[in-house]
Amino acid sequence: MAERLLFFLLALIVVSTAVGVVTNRNPVRSALLLVANFFSLALLYFLLSAQFLGVLQIIVYAGAIMVLFLFVIMLLNLGSPEPATFSEQGYRRPLAWLIALGMFALLVSQALVVAGTPPAQADPQVGTARTIGYALFTEWSFAVVVVGVLLTVGVIGSILLARRRSA
Amino acid sequence: MVADYAPLLLLFAIAIVIALVMVGGSWLLGPRRPTPAKQSSYECGITPVGSARERFPIHFYLTAMLFIIFDVEVAFLYPFFVILRELPAEVRTFAMGIVGVFTLLLIVGFLYEWKKGALDWEDPIERRRLQPTAEPNPQPALQPVSGEQ
Amino acid sequence: MTLVDLGWALLRIAIMLGFLLGTLPLVIWLERRALAWFQCRVGPNRLGPFGLLQPMADAAKLFFKEEIVPANADRLIWALAPALSLFPALVAAATIPWGPNRLLTPVADVDIGLLYFLAMSSLAAYGVLLAGWSSNNKYSLLGGLRASAQVISYELGMGLALATAILASGSLRMTSIVEMQAEPLWGVVPFLHNWLIFTPWGLVGGALFFICMLAETNRAPFDLPEAESELVAGYQTEYSSMKFAAFFMGEYIAIIAICAIMTTCFLGGYLAPVNFSPIQTLAETQGGVFSVLATITVALMPPIWFLLKVFGLVFSFIWIRATLLRLRYDQLMNLGWRFLIPVGLVNLALLVVYIVFGWVPALVGYALVAGLYFATVGARRPPKRTVELVSQAQPYRPKEAHLG
Repeated sequence: MAERLLFFLLALIVVSTAVGVVTNRNPVRSALLLVANFFSLALLYFLLSAQFLGVLQIIVYAGAIMVLFLFVIMLLNLGSPEPATFSEQGYRRPLAWLIALGMFALLVSQALVVAGTPPAQADPQVGTARTIGYALFTEWSFAVVVVGVLLTVGVIGSILLARRRSA
Repeated sequence: MVADYAPLLLLFAIAIVIALVMVGGSWLLGPRRPTPAKQSSYECGITPVGSARERFPIHFYLTAMLFIIFDVEVAFLYPFFVILRELPAEVRTFAMGIVGVFTLLLIVGFLYEWKKGALDWEDPIERRRLQPTAEPNPQPALQPVSGEQ
Repeated sequence: MTLVDLGWALLRIAIMLGFLLGTLPLVIWLERRALAWFQCRVGPNRLGPFGLLQPMADAAKLFFKEEIVPANADRLIWALAPALSLFPALVAAATIPWGPNRLLTPVADVDIGLLYFLAMSSLAAYGVLLAGWSSNNKYSLLGGLRASAQVISYELGMGLALATAILASGSLRMTSIVEMQAEPLWGVVPFLHNWLIFTPWGLVGGALFFICMLAETNRAPFDLPEAESELVAGYQTEYSSMKFAAFFMGEYIAIIAICAIMTTCFLGGYLAPVNFSPIQTLAETQGGVFSVLATITVALMPPIWFLLKVFGLVFSFIWIRATLLRLRYDQLMNLGWRFLIPVGLVNLALLVVYIVFGWVPALVGYALVAGLYFATVGARRPPKRTVELVSQAQPYRPKEAHLG
């Protein structure tokens, strides 16, 4: 019971911060709300006994990626206190609404399918670093190597993008 | 399992309250007598020039980017560190091979970054000036110390 | 969670916050007195015995000061930034065990304890970054930028240093990390504890962590974000009253918390340097005086050992602040990326060698790497750096000596 209550509380925070991210006109505040969103999302992971995933969500998303986002916002000088103005081009707004409502309908339809069934009981060991370690370095080892290649490409790409033209 | 984490939630709530009280308290306790001069941003007593919200060097952005990538790489290694001691011998060799390849990729990326100068924080003009030149320097006493390169 | 659990949780939270907020004025007082001592001054000595009440008086004064809001600031973010810097500091210590019994266990002894600390300390970059940006002050912005770039750079080194403890204990749980260090020293010396710092990998990892600790908390010689000679007060320039106090508190609580982490992971946590378990066996067989001794060593002393170690580390912070000069920014980044990260990786690789192949190849590896380093990088260094003017300077002598 308490768990379910907690879930709805956290879900409320997650959804409202997510709505805040898109509706806020100030990019820095949006980014800050996104941090709050990631943080409460991590708490939801904890609730699903995926603690390793949850803590990495905080380290990587809330702690690293959002710092980069803030840097980029400040780099491009987007965060001026005056609210940003968007050019209102005819088709964009209805299209955005259409896509958003479509996605929402899709989610609701999937939620309705499982609405009556009792929640599945997670194995308490499923989210520990130990379980994930065994999975990563035995069964899914190829994926680990692919991720390694991907990250190396990321390093090279980011350096190429940021390289000084004169150098 | 989940119950282990419940005290943390309680702690978060308490810490948020403490932090907000610290931030909001002065609004209740302190006097408020704002004047335009008091409110202007501090620039050593001189009237502020322009806005502080200027663009800043791409280097900070690059550092954050590289930090994310290496953070993710290290995050992949933590589960390996946890299980290394208890892995059965035959799986251990395999897992170590995987981690070896993964780390090798990490090191390749790191060396690329190093050689491409993504880690250089010196000003390029300053750097050129500090490079040792062929002709003798007329003022040896003022020659910069070349320990950092 | 039952009500009893809730009560215990509240009690443990009270102990943790009591530890952090209770040692805070002590640490501030110690810093001011010790710095004064290093500089042949007296320091605050009027209020209370030895000036111990000075930090409280300063805090009370700050509470009633006017808060000056900079005119062009982003007010909401400007007001939230101190809270964002205080919050991670307050919660980061939640997985640290203060002692071996039920009361002194961590607030939550979870199986990702060490990563929890890393996660919370990774949030610390926001407070300073947003404070710097929202103040709309050039010094603040530069300070905030420097601080966040520095914090994220040294977080990598910190992660690699803490991985030593994970690898050595095979667990992310803080209590297991401490228990691992309760084994006999190097597996052979029975009456001493095997603190991680006594092993080669622990020594390297501990040294790395110590350097990263200084940088993460923006302390001298890495205090560029608030370098007063160039940036006034860095990201705190536009803050006054309780918001300034919140930054100050956050900074010092973070110092205490991070010293507690270093104590737990590398310095044996609450363990005494000597193994007292023979006294306990004597108490069980003989009783009398030994049972009193056993109570003292087992129940009473662990938190005191912990406090002693934490204060030793805090004192070393102050000592370093009084001794070392501030680094240049490129030196700071070079140290973080080009030295600490390679050293951390090599250290971890050699620890893996120890775990898989035993201690002989590991020690040979350490000797080889150290030899290689000193043969290549060490040899390229100029032998000694002296600035001519300094070496020519004469020590001060009274006038008579010059004349004579």
